Amino acid sequence: MSFWEGVITIVGLALLTVITRGFFFLPEREIPIPGWLRQGLRYAPLAALAAVVVPEVVTNKGQLITTFQDARLYAAAAGAAYYFWRRDILGTILSGMAVLLVLRLGLGW
Amino acid sequence: MSGIALGIAAWGLVTGVAMVDSGMGVPLALLMSLVVFAGTAQLATMPLIAAGAPIWVVWSTAICINLRFVIFSASWRPYFAGYPLRQRLQFAYFTADLNYVLFMRRFPEPKPAPEHAPYFWGGCLTNWLSWQLSSLAGIFLADRVPTEWGFGFAGTVALLGLTCSLLNDRATWVAAAVAGCASVAAYALPLKLNIVVAIAAAVAMGLLIDHTSTRETKPSEDAT
Repeated sequence: MSFWEGVITIVGLALLTVITRGFFFLPEREIPIPGWLRQGLRYAPLAALAAVVVPEVVTNKGQLITTFQDARLYAAAAGAAYYFWRRDILGTILSGMAVLLVLRLGLGW
Repeated sequence: MSGIALGIAAWGLVTGVAMVDSGMGVPLALLMSLVVFAGTAQLATMPLIAAGAPIWVVWSTAICINLRFVIFSASWRPYFAGYPLRQRLQFAYFTADLNYVLFMRRFPEPKPAPEHAPYFWGGCLTNWLSWQLSSLAGIFLADRVPTEWGFGFAGTVALLGLTCSLLNDRATWVAAAVAGCASVAAYALPLKLNIVVAIAAAVAMGLLIDHTSTRETKPSEDAT
């Protein structure tokens, strides 16, 4: 891919970002959305988050991990536990990353 | 939002480093960070660009990853339909996942209100700044941040916290478990279609629970 092909690809990606993010609110006239879909939207953001997060925690290069000696498992558990204890996102990140760093750098997991 | 901004910053840093490490070169990496502004799509398409994949493959991959935004845009409509097209285009460019989740939690009633726009822009600009500054830092520091420290995982932990904040009854727990399991089970699908499959499965399960009053056995597995 030449430099200019790269530029075209990237500008296209930017346009796709705008079109997909505004798909239903950019047109003037409302695109009809079936009632069941509207109701199902309640679950969509949660589903998308879980769908992105879970593989990041339990897979490695596309394979389900087969060991418990993986720092990400304990980092995620610590983060979730902190969230349900204190309901605070920054603390969730800090406790999760603290566990991750200790296990990674300390034990090499 | 400050905690989320930190997570976003860590994620942006890693994305910046990854763009340069993928071999696409600093000029294209800078252009991509500044104009595309879609972290997951960037992370997924940069190896394709670096490997010289056909443009249509790169674009179709980005569309699949961005399908969730199409779903989100339907719930944005009642809030934004009253604004002129120019502003709607700006809204469309800046809405990221986190802004969507935070906004919908803050304003659950889909009725236009004057405080929507300031809240929206506050969240989006915080998100945009922490993403861009850290991405640029990552591009320039590409070979000095040790990736094996795993700072990219900070973004995942931030998303995990947000996921937890949306779990408030049995139906949402089940939907999240279904999404997580389906996403892992379908991970081998190309173009990150596992995300789309998982969303569809979880929404279907949520609707099923909403429409049945009988008690079902709860799936016992949750990979988290």
